[in-house]
Amino acid sequence: MKKVYVNEDWCLACHLCEYYCAAANSGAGSMIKAFAGGKKPIPRIKVEEGSGINFAVQCRHCDEPACVKGCITGALSVKDGVISCDESRCVGCYTCVMSCPYGCIVISEDSSVIQKCDLCLKNNNGEPACVKGCPNGAIVLEER
Amino acid sequence: MLEKEGQVRIPSGCAISGFISRDGKRIGGDKIVKSISYMHDRSNGLGGGFAGYGIYPEYKEQYAFHIFYNSNDARVETERFLDRHFDVVNLSRIPTKKHPNITNEPLIWRYFLTPLPTKLASSQLDEREFVAQCVININDRIDGSYVFSSGKNMGVFKAVGYPEDVGEFYRLDEYAGYAWTAHGRYPTNTPGWWGGAHPFALLDYTIVHNGEISSYDANRRYIEMYGYKCNLLTDTEVITYIFDFLNRKQNLSLEDIAKIIAAPFWTEIESGKYSETEKKKLKYFRNVFSSLLVTGPFSIILGFDGGLMALNDRLKLRSMVAAEKDDMVYLASEECAIRAICPDADRVWSPRGGEPIIVTLNDK
Amino acid sequence: MAINYYQPLYEVMRDRDRCIKCRACERQCANEVHSYDEECDVMISDSRQCVDCQRCVSICPTNALKIANNPNTFRQNSNWSQQIMTEVYKQAETGGVLLSAMGNPKEYPVYWDKILLNASQVTNPPIDPLREPMETKVFLGKKPKNVKFNKDGTINTDLPPTLELSTPIMFSAMSYGSISKNAHESLARAATELGIYYNTGEGGLHKDFYKYGPNTIVQVASGRFGVFRDYLEAGAAVEIKMGQGAKPGIGGHLPGAKILEDISKTRMIPMGTDAISPAPHHDIYSIEDLRQLVFSLKEATCYKKPVIVKIAAVHNVAAIASGIARSGADIIAIDGYRGGTGAAPTRIRDNVGIPIELALASVDQRLRDEGIRNEVSIVVAGSVRSSADVVKAIALGADAVYIGTAALLALGCHLCRSCQTGRCNWGIATQRPDLVKRLNPDIGYKRLVNLIHAWDHEIKEMMGGMGINSVEALRGNRLMLRGVGLTEKELEVLGIQHAGQ
Repeated sequence: MKKVYVNEDWCLACHLCEYYCAAANSGAGSMIKAFAGGKKPIPRIKVEEGSGINFAVQCRHCDEPACVKGCITGALSVKDGVISCDESRCVGCYTCVMSCPYGCIVISEDSSVIQKCDLCLKNNNGEPACVKGCPNGAIVLEER
Repeated sequence: MLEKEGQVRIPSGCAISGFISRDGKRIGGDKIVKSISYMHDRSNGLGGGFAGYGIYPEYKEQYAFHIFYNSNDARVETERFLDRHFDVVNLSRIPTKKHPNITNEPLIWRYFLTPLPTKLASSQLDEREFVAQCVININDRIDGSYVFSSGKNMGVFKAVGYPEDVGEFYRLDEYAGYAWTAHGRYPTNTPGWWGGAHPFALLDYTIVHNGEISSYDANRRYIEMYGYKCNLLTDTEVITYIFDFLNRKQNLSLEDIAKIIAAPFWTEIESGKYSETEKKKLKYFRNVFSSLLVTGPFSIILGFDGGLMALNDRLKLRSMVAAEKDDMVYLASEECAIRAICPDADRVWSPRGGEPIIVTLNDK
Repeated sequence: MAINYYQPLYEVMRDRDRCIKCRACERQCANEVHSYDEECDVMISDSRQCVDCQRCVSICPTNALKIANNPNTFRQNSNWSQQIMTEVYKQAETGGVLLSAMGNPKEYPVYWDKILLNASQVTNPPIDPLREPMETKVFLGKKPKNVKFNKDGTINTDLPPTLELSTPIMFSAMSYGSISKNAHESLARAATELGIYYNTGEGGLHKDFYKYGPNTIVQVASGRFGVFRDYLEAGAAVEIKMGQGAKPGIGGHLPGAKILEDISKTRMIPMGTDAISPAPHHDIYSIEDLRQLVFSLKEATCYKKPVIVKIAAVHNVAAIASGIARSGADIIAIDGYRGGTGAAPTRIRDNVGIPIELALASVDQRLRDEGIRNEVSIVVAGSVRSSADVVKAIALGADAVYIGTAALLALGCHLCRSCQTGRCNWGIATQRPDLVKRLNPDIGYKRLVNLIHAWDHEIKEMMGGMGINSVEALRGNRLMLRGVGLTEKELEVLGIQHAGQ
């Protein structure tokens, strides 16, 4: 299965992936609209940086996902290898947030539900927005 | 004022025809005149000419120079030059017949020459190179004088006019040779100069050509490095020099020359149809003689002592037909020109682009 | 300083309605133009630091940025232009020689743009490259004077060492040091994939790139950096650099700050020392000395590799080229005054040398007049900007061209001409690791391959229009060219006729 990977050799820590991710999942339709009026939509990818090494982190879509195991309502599920969250069933218990070893599950702006990378399958982006927006080809969607 | 041939490059379309008797039978010039006349519409009356091989058996050891003079002064100066370099065995005006369509003729003279042994020795050149340099010298340096034929036992006859009229003007029915070529010209403006008509000749090489080569200036600037002067700015002139250079000076066979000027495409060379040795040779040619690749449309007939060669450009952008009957081989732009003089050929075919047809006398 | 005698050339314009304050511009500007003021929640820009490299503009996700000319003007003066005045102020301030990078940007004539190509109409047919074979392969090197035959009468097909190019374009010399390792890797990989050559420049060959040797030209310059046996043997050809179009008569100086570990190893000099290339080769003070170096290098490489001699186009270039052709060199590379550089004194760059078009035309003609054009191939450089320039260069007489600036543009360079600062925001002309990594060679080499493929297609289209189906029939074919708006003398030097003639 194709997953999003990051090659730290080429990650520039420009943080643009975070903005492309946030905008794509905001449903606003455009970057400007997504951030209009001081709004700060939350990205599902986060750039870790320091000591000259930069790395964008997002859900690894683990083969044995702790988050899915721990989900108390069945909101998190695996379909064709992609882990996604059914927000209508999420009660915001944050079990998954605590169990994710990569810290890749984030809490929505109003704190009611969790949000995570679903490879942009649910939005209209067509392909992962972080991959498309990376200026240096550091984030890739590929089979490994 | 319109510029004459040599001052401006004039593209032209053309008709060509030629035949050879492999047994060396001598055939009257009227036959080639008849052949080319069938392609009247491929010329426009601004140039026609012929080359006959084996037409001077009584002087076959001498170089036969055919020269156009604009004036008697030019003739006197040229003859002084000839006397200095050659033993003049015979000289005369070339016999012509008045023709209503052929006008403004220059003085047309013929000389049978042997290079002076002392001059030849002091030049340190071989005999043919010596003669070739004399021809180039006269054409380049003496104003109003133009050597248009300079081989042994062969001759070129050309003029401004339709080829069939030119044939009558030169009384070609009175000559007989084992091979003939002919040319009818369709230039795109008025040259009005007889030297600009074809065939173009150097020593025994003559070329009749139909086409307009796009590689002209690349070829010209290369060949001029080797002592040639392309005064006429015509394709035919440069192609003749290329043949002379590769055949006479580099000792390459006509088959190999075809592989240089109409080189096979790289895709073909790499296609596996050639042996490794042949591939190496083709690559060598395309590297070393890259500037002699001739592109753009052409069909040519090369006449030489003892044979004819026909060649099309490698994309075959110009028509050319060949035919065989007994010991005769015919070559022409159109089949009609062959049928006119050989209605029952054994075989008629259209040679492929870049594929030479080389015919030589059986006893050569 | 209390008084700003001159103003920044550019002004950074930010559309606040579009800016989302993602701070990508701030993170990507090595010149520290952009910053975020947390207190006021606003992005601010210091135009004074801006070099107009367009990096921020290119990555801004909302197109909120524009760099415009600063509308501030000194009083109009046709003689004392604002630029000249600014330069006087700068020198009064620093007391130093002005430095610039990339090619001469002044308004001298661009002859490529005054030459037009021919096309076939009626009397011969244009050829459609999509339907018919169209060939751009070329060979560089000496050609034998006469065909030699073996004893059995077959042709001896042995040739002097030759470079074979799939298309008549190569990447010109840019040293590791003046450009980054990733830029070098992009060039090396592209050359390998394309079947052409790139040139190491004078900075040696990084150990990681020996594997691209068959598509590498290794350079020997006056500093002899990184030159040793393995280096000479690694390349497909050896180039002796006598001069550079951007700075004829001037050497080079790579500051010690750029001599980091890898570069020090590759150049074979201690870390942190300045790498100084003398103006002349100190073993070449005349043409006969050049001949000795040519043959030394041939000896060192067992006569298996062609030797290129690269010179800057200067006034008597034709005579110099003729001397080089007789010196045993296989290829002459001529670099015109528009050629690029990582750093050059501004006055030299802008005032020394001649246009490559004129240099090429006169060299090609001189070598033909002397009957020695087959002794050498001619490669020209110094602002070949498009496939049309390539076609015109070949028709004037070049065997192939070198492209440097165009290749860097493909890698992202926006010609801000500030290479000498070492803060290239595109990761090209810099050694700062955080900046170097901005050029991902996986992307870079593909863009170079795309560029050359595109040019190759266009060359074929133009040749087809002229009724030429192989590039060798275009070489030196000046009848395919006409000048527009040129004087008699210019036409004479170019060896072409005027349009309409």
